[in-house]
Parts: sequence; structure tokens; C-alpha cells
Amino acid sequence: MTAVTPAPPSTTTPPAPADAAPPSRSGGRSRLRAAAGFAFGAAVLFGVAPLLLSDFRLALLAKYLCVAMVAVGIGIAWGRGGMLTLGQGVFFGLGGYAMAMHLKLADAGPGGMPDFMQLYGQLDELPVWWRPFASPWFALPATVLLPMVVAFGLGSLVFRRRVRGAYFAILSQALAAAMVILLIGQQGTTGGTNGLTDIQGFFGYDLDDPVNQRMVYFIIAGVLLALLALARQLIHSRYGELLVAVRDSEERVRFLGYDPASVKLVAYVVAAGMAGLAGALFVPAVGIISPALIGIVPSIEFVIGVAVGGRATLLGPVLGAVAVAWARTALSERFPGTWTYLQGLLFVVVVAFLPGGLASLWALARRGNADPASSRRGWSALGRRRAERAEVEVA
Amino acid sequence: MTVLFGQLFTGISIGAVLLLIALGLALTFGQMNVINMAHGEFIMAGAYTTYVLQQSITSAGLSLVVALPVAFVVAGTMGVLLEILLIRRLYARPLDTLLVTWGVSLMLQQLARDVFGSPNVQTRAPDLLTGNVALPGGLTIANNRLFILALALSAVAALTLALRLTPLGRRIRAVVQNRDLAAVSGIPTSRVDRTTFFLGSGLAGLAGVALTLLGPIGPTMGTNLIIDAFLVVVVGGIGQLKGSVIVAFALGVLQATGEYLTTLSVAKVIVFVAIVAFLQWRPQGLFTLRTRSLA
Amino acid sequence: MSLLWGRRILAGAMTLVAAAALTACGSKTNDEGSAAGVTADVSGDTVKVGLLNSLSGTMAISEVTVRDSIMLAVEEINAAGGVLGKKIQPVGEDGASDWPTFAEKAEKLISEDRVAAVFGCWTSASRKAVKPVFEKNKALLFYPVQYEGLEQSPYIFYTGATTNQQIVPGLDYLKSQGTKSVYLVGSDYVFPRTANKIIKAYAAANGMTVVGEDYAPLGSTEFGTIVNKVKSSGAKAVFNTLNGDSNVAFFKEYKSAGLTATGMPVVSVSIAEEEVKGIGTQYLQGQLTAWNYYQTTPGAANTKFVAAYKAKYGADKPTSDPMEAAYVSVYLWKAMVEKAGAFDVEKVRGASDGITFDAPEGLVTVDGKTQHIAKTARIGKIGADGLITEVWNSGKPVTPDPYLKTYPWASGLS
Repeated sequence: MTAVTPAPPSTTTPPAPADAAPPSRSGGRSRLRAAAGFAFGAAVLFGVAPLLLSDFRLALLAKYLCVAMVAVGIGIAWGRGGMLTLGQGVFFGLGGYAMAMHLKLADAGPGGMPDFMQLYGQLDELPVWWRPFASPWFALPATVLLPMVVAFGLGSLVFRRRVRGAYFAILSQALAAAMVILLIGQQGTTGGTNGLTDIQGFFGYDLDDPVNQRMVYFIIAGVLLALLALARQLIHSRYGELLVAVRDSEERVRFLGYDPASVKLVAYVVAAGMAGLAGALFVPAVGIISPALIGIVPSIEFVIGVAVGGRATLLGPVLGAVAVAWARTALSERFPGTWTYLQGLLFVVVVAFLPGGLASLWALARRGNADPASSRRGWSALGRRRAERAEVEVA
Repeated sequence: MTVLFGQLFTGISIGAVLLLIALGLALTFGQMNVINMAHGEFIMAGAYTTYVLQQSITSAGLSLVVALPVAFVVAGTMGVLLEILLIRRLYARPLDTLLVTWGVSLMLQQLARDVFGSPNVQTRAPDLLTGNVALPGGLTIANNRLFILALALSAVAALTLALRLTPLGRRIRAVVQNRDLAAVSGIPTSRVDRTTFFLGSGLAGLAGVALTLLGPIGPTMGTNLIIDAFLVVVVGGIGQLKGSVIVAFALGVLQATGEYLTTLSVAKVIVFVAIVAFLQWRPQGLFTLRTRSLA
Repeated sequence: MSLLWGRRILAGAMTLVAAAALTACGSKTNDEGSAAGVTADVSGDTVKVGLLNSLSGTMAISEVTVRDSIMLAVEEINAAGGVLGKKIQPVGEDGASDWPTFAEKAEKLISEDRVAAVFGCWTSASRKAVKPVFEKNKALLFYPVQYEGLEQSPYIFYTGATTNQQIVPGLDYLKSQGTKSVYLVGSDYVFPRTANKIIKAYAAANGMTVVGEDYAPLGSTEFGTIVNKVKSSGAKAVFNTLNGDSNVAFFKEYKSAGLTATGMPVVSVSIAEEEVKGIGTQYLQGQLTAWNYYQTTPGAANTKFVAAYKAKYGADKPTSDPMEAAYVSVYLWKAMVEKAGAFDVEKVRGASDGITFDAPEGLVTVDGKTQHIAKTARIGKIGADGLITEVWNSGKPVTPDPYLKTYPWASGLS
């Protein structure tokens, strides 16, 4: 630690990834810790939360956890893969719409049509592209596969041509904008700005019933834990290391004989699938999917949750997403007129001054205790991490 | 035929608006890689400057003329403040600038709401700019559109000359082309950055004044515009102005044509598809700076 | 590596989910009466009501003034002794121009604050988002904005105009002026699309032609092409259902294309005094609007309302139709509660039929069957001072008919 002098942050250093804690290679202890953390998370989600929270707050938590699922995906694509996807709303929306279309059709009964189509579309029969969604065997896989297919299509075009960094971010943002406009324009068949609302049942269960809402919450919590396990697997695999390598130096990976485009594509597609799944579960939890949930603003908010939590860690994105969503609710309830200031301030302060997100606070605190000498030197968090990086690279 | 020419002109004027907004971005995004989501709020600041000036200057024409330089300075100053307080810390993390400035943009919108009220405010346009020029064949060309076109083109011309001929312009170009080499050659890159940010943000202020002639003046007026403007810069190619100029007009005409033949919604989607297709062909944009760096 | 581990974790998670799902089996969709309504908390000497409007986001330009006028009504009622002896305690929430947020906040107001009624929402999309929440909890929403009709929820009172109180009178007026062709311009969402469907049916039955129809995405501010199309269409009038910011851009473009209120008048249904202020009379003078209330509407009730509003919020603040409808909705709720003698939602609904109120817009009557209110339709012309003066009215309050069942030409619409 002391051998390396950190370079002060300056504009001349090449862009260094903010977080570069290398995946832990040690076996037993890390696994044990993960298992303990996992058990703790499960206990909180399945035990403590349902006991302490009212039906309304539990439903809100369900909503936050859906956002957290998107965050897990962004954590992989952005935190590990360096792709700032500002269009996750699109995949969230695809999953959500696929699920909502199925539930609307199930509500309408066999041969029935969703209410809004007669009202606004004046259609006499169901549009062809709605029909397959009547079957749960089509609709359920579609909630995940549809976003993945779209991500694959777009990703294979874009990554292969080495569109990256800010270019990719802006392009993905434009995708979200285009998707919203497309949905709104087809009001008769998509519900337009209203989206698909008033969803009554979830595979035969009445969603108005608090007991069933609780069931939906448990499913969401379970799926989130499963996604976390999956993400952990991915991060700690050979592929996960390759992904980080691509993030840190795409050219170097190319010279080593790998194809960075395929590596990125996998992460992008996985993230899209997670967002789709989140969207699908959001629908029974909240009872609505609309263009307002998938446009530029929500897509940025997904990313901000991840940044606040700590992008490159496993749990950071989840905690950040829940924290940001919770803060939004709590602040807007407490200060209905001025909460946007506070929200904006939160984003600015955390992202600008705590690049590792809230997750890095914990790491900092631990480091501080373990190595008081280094903390007394008063380096900035960024500087210290730089030092670490330098060390890793030298090694 | 008349309609065709009318549409062509509409497309060009859409392009002029896009260009005016994108010019500032081309500077800040192009040189410093900063994705400034608060650029839209600088536009808003320019528009509100016009509104405030009209409270004391009753002549609509005069207030517009005064507003142009004042808005440039107001927005430019806001940009410099943003640069000093936040962006300076983020040069190593260009993508994070997007998130930070997004937070700033939220706060600025709320600030506008608290200072000027939530509803839109009105400004008066000089009578000269609410009329139109009649051409033979029943074609009319709106004066305000002509004004914005002229403003956009003069801004491009002024900026090009400044970049080509002044010492500051030379420094800016040097930093864009090779920041490290510029720094070791004794160019104070951080001061150049700040000046660039002032110019880029100031241009947003100009765009804001121009937009009072066309659209609403309210807290969220900037948000709709900047995604398209970013696309212009991305497709045009970072680091040069000519790409942005060509692409702004091309996108404008494409959108106007698409909209005439189909609907506005479909036209927007067409534009997006065209952009993705274009980036397949030229992933670094229309014009690229030739450098030897790999990144 | 730790593949085995992942599987074990996954299997564990799945077991947990399955266990949870099994233990928690609620009612099926076709069970009856599963969800009980939440009752309002009226135990203290105050009664809470919810105010649900967008204070941030794109819709704040319109909704903040609605919040202001609801607050005015609440304060007036409190100063006069409250409702059934209880002071009204307003609980404000920000819908943030985001429909799911509206649903979340509605749920919070009902289940946590246990309010007796909620006043608010503006866009149809926000109303559609909260409608299931109010129906599920059997709670009351007062919706103060003109809308596209075709809806009748038992738990919503619609105090703005439905289509036959605004759009149909607007068309009647154009017809009486001898207008034979119209061009339809609207924002791309439910209200304009439904309104235009109604207009087309009306036109077909009344010898008018619709020469064009165009939609712009909400918030769009680029109207060059649409105005070009309007101009070359040769229409005699434009029926405008644009919302919010788009109106500003549309009228600026309209004027610079050389189109005028005398040559091709525009009838707007979403431009009130507040919006006129944001666009400028330079662009709007002489254009027509269809509403039920203007700041200039004569009557003692309106004089009092306008004076009170200006005293509270500033002399330069205009009053408009949605603000008035929101103001009236609080008084209507008070009258219903007092007639019912209780805050209980079902009793309030039961007492609603025939409630009248001497509103700023004139006498309004609640129609208990549709839960809309009968109100007078008024066509106005925008003046140089930014105010709108009436040029025609329906003479008497128009009975609400959200599904247009009494209009033969509308039989194919719902």
C-alpha cells in the first residue's frame, strides 16, 4: 500500500473505471460470507418486512424490489461491463407489456377483448399480435425472451461496430424515447398514454385481495434473490472476469484473442432479460404498465439507483435502487413541494463525491479501521482507489 | 409543389433549431466528453432571461436584441459554475457527468418553478417576427424561422472563425485533438475547459432566446429538446462542427418529410432507425478526428 | 468454481418462494366481496381530505393552479365552520406527472391517511391509473377536469365537462356559424383521439367534412409540418385538442404562417385563461374556446370567487375552468356530506343526486346516476386583455351524458 504513490486526480489521466475491486478469487470464506448474506437477505425479505410493514407499504416494497431487479442487470452491464444503458426502460416495458397483455386477456375471458380496445380502438376483434399472449405458455416466457431478443438484435448491431461509451448511452436513451412514442401512437391496441391499467387478476387470483398481494410480494422477493444468485455466479465466473477486462480495456482483450463484442452482448442481453422479468412482476404488484414507466426519465432513474448504491458491487445496485425509490416516496410524502430539490441533491452528492456509491462507504469505513495510517494521510476516496488499481496493474 | 417547398423549408428550420441547441453540446460534449443533461435547463435560463428583460424593456424588438447577449452571459455563467462546482471533479468519469447533471437539471427545473411559477410565461415577439415572407406560388416563409436560421448560421460562422483564427480557438482545438500533448505544450487545459464550457452553455442561452419565438417558456421546456440534439452531435461526429451542421439539417428534413408522409410519431421512429443504421455505417459519426489513439 | 453453490442457493430460493406462495392463497378472481373498503378516519375534530395533483414534472404547469383553488375552497369552508362541525385538514401529495405515482399516492391517502375524499388528477391517464385504487378501496375521487367521457366509475365524481357539455356545443356553435369543413389537431393521447372520433361522427351526421386529422406527441413543440398541412387543406376552421406546451408552439406557428382567427378560427378545448397567459394574446386574440366557465362569467358567486382567488394568490393570477371546477368540487362534496349527515362514502354517494350549488359558473346540479354534473356550456372568444368573453351559451345547464346515448349520430361510438 505504502509503496505506491497515488496520482492526484487530474484531467490528464485516462478515464479510469470508478470501481475495480477485482472479483474475489478466494474460495471458502467469500462463499460463506455470500451464503450468510443471502440468508440474511432472505430473512429480511421473507420474515421481517412482511411482519413490520402494512399492506400498503409492503406493496410499495414489492414495487421497489422490481426496480432492484432491473438494477441487478444494470450492475452487470454497466458496473462490470462498462455499458451505460440508459434504455433499460424499454426492456422493462417489453416484459411489463407482455405480462399485462396476458393478464388483460385473462381478465376479459376467453374470446373477450380488453375494455380499452372497444372504447378507444373500436376494434371488432383482437389484433393478430395480441393473440398469442392469451396463452400463459407464450406470454410468460415472452416477458423474458422478448427483451432478450430485442437486446440481442440491437446489441449485435451496435457492439460489433464498436459504438460505445457516451455514444452507446445516448443511443440507448433514444431507443427509450422512440419506444414510448411508438406505444403512444398506437392507442387503439396498446392503450396509448394510459397504458394497460385496471388489471384485476393474476392467474386466477384476485389482485385486490391483500393476501394475494402478499403472495405477489413473496414471488418478487424470491425472484430477486434468485437473480442475485445468478448475478453472483456470473460475476465470479471466468466470463465475469473477461467482462471486467473488456470494461477496463476493450482493445487489450481484443489483442488477447477474445471478441469483446460478444462478451458485452451477453451482459447486455442478460441485463435486458432481468429488466423484462422485473417489468413482468411489476404489473401484478402495481396493476399498471404505461409509457410513463419506460421512457427516458425512468430509465435514467434506474441507473441512478445503481450509481447511488455502488455500480460494480453485487448488492450495491439492489440497495441503491431500493434506497432511491424509498427516498422518492418518503421525501415526496414529507415535502410534496420541494422534494425534487432533495432528490436532485442526493443524486449530485452521491455520484459526484462518492463514486463508489453507498457500498463504498462501508468498504471505506472498514479500510479506515484496518489501516489507520492510510486514512490519516487524508487521500480522497478516489485517490485511494486509484492507488489500489495501480497496485493491481503492477502486479 | 408549394407544399413540397414548404416542407423543405420546415425541415431546414427544424434543423436550425436542432443546430442551435447542438452547437453548445458539440463544444462541451465534443471537447470534454461531458454529457450535460442540464443543457436543456440552460436553454430554459435563456428563455426566462428574455422574459425578465421584457418586464423592464417594453419594446419587443429591443428586448430581443438585448436578450441575446445577456442570455449568452447568464447561461454561460451558469455553465461555468456547474463546471467549477461539479464537472471539474468528473473528467475521469465522463459517463457520470450524465447522472450528476441530471440531478442538477431536476433542481434547476424546480428552481424555475419556485421563482417564476409553474405555468408557462409569455414573451412578446416583435411584429416583424410574427409575419411571413410571401413567395410566388403561394409559398410563405415564416419570419421567425428565417431569424432562427440566420441566428444558427451566424453562430456557426462565428464559432468556426473563433476556432480557426483566435488563440483561444487554437487552444480549444489542441485540447480536443490531444489533451495530453496540449497540456505538456503548456496549454492550461483546465482553463480552456472552463472557457469552452462557458461558450457551450452560452450558446444554449442563445437557443433559449430564439425558442421564445417558437415554443413555450416554462420549467420543463428544455427536456424535450436535448435528446435530439445529442443525437445530432453523436451522428455528426465528435470534435468538429461541420458534422453537426450537416446532420442537424439532414435530420430536420428527414423528420419533416417523414411527418408529412406519415405522422409525427412515425417520423420520430423513422429518424431513430435511420440513426442506428447510419451508425452501422460510420460508428464514429459522419466526420471523425483522425487520431492515433485507440480509445 | 462455485457452480454448485449457485444451484444450491437457487434451489433454496425456489423452495422459499414455493412455500410462501402455498401458505398465502387468497381469494380467486370470481370470489365476491373479498376486499373491504377502508373507512375514513373521522374520530377527531378534523376530517382529512387528500389533494392529489402534479407539483413537479410536465403537468405541473396546469395542475398547480388547481391545487391552489382547492386550497382556497378548503380555507373558505373551514372559516365558515367546516363540514359537519369538523375542520377540513388537507393532505397534499405530488403526483409528479407520473401515472403510477398517482396510483401510489392515492393508495397512501386512502389507506394511511384515511382521508374522506380525494380531490385532483388532471390527465385521463392519471385518472385511469387511480380508478382501480378508488374502486378497490371504495373511496371517493373528485375529478375536476373536462375529459373524453365514456366512463362512469361509482367512486369518481366528474365535476368537469364531459363531451356533450363541451365538444358537442363547440361543434354546434361552428355549425351555427356555417362552418362546413374542419381540420382536427390534437395531442396523442386518449382525450383528443376520443374527442376526434366524436367530432367525426358529428360531422358525418351534420353535413360537415373533416379534411384532416393530426396528432403530436404530448409535449411536442414542433408544428411546422402540421400547420403547413392545415394551411393547404382549405379547412374553414380548426378544432384543437392539443394539451399543454404544444398549444404554445402551435399558435406561434399558426400566426407566423399567416393564418388568422377571422380566416380560419381555431376552437380550443384545453386553453383557458391560465394557458392564454402562457401563450400571449399576440397569438391568440380572436380565437375561440369551449368551456363552462370564464373569469368574466357574470354573477355574484363568480365575483366573489375571483376576488378571493386574487386576494390569496395575487392580482395578476387569472381563474379558469378547471380551477373553478376543482373549487366547486369541494363545495359539492361538503353539500353531499351534509345532506347525508355522515362522511361514509356510500351514504355520500347516495345523497349526491340533485345536490345543487350556486357555483361561479352558474347553478350546477349533481346527476346521481352518472355522478357528473349538469353545467352550462359556454363558447368564448379570447380578447386583447387575455381574458375570454362569452359569445354563446347553451342557455341552461346541459344534462351530462358521458356515453352520448341521447345523440343518435353517436350510436356507433360506445
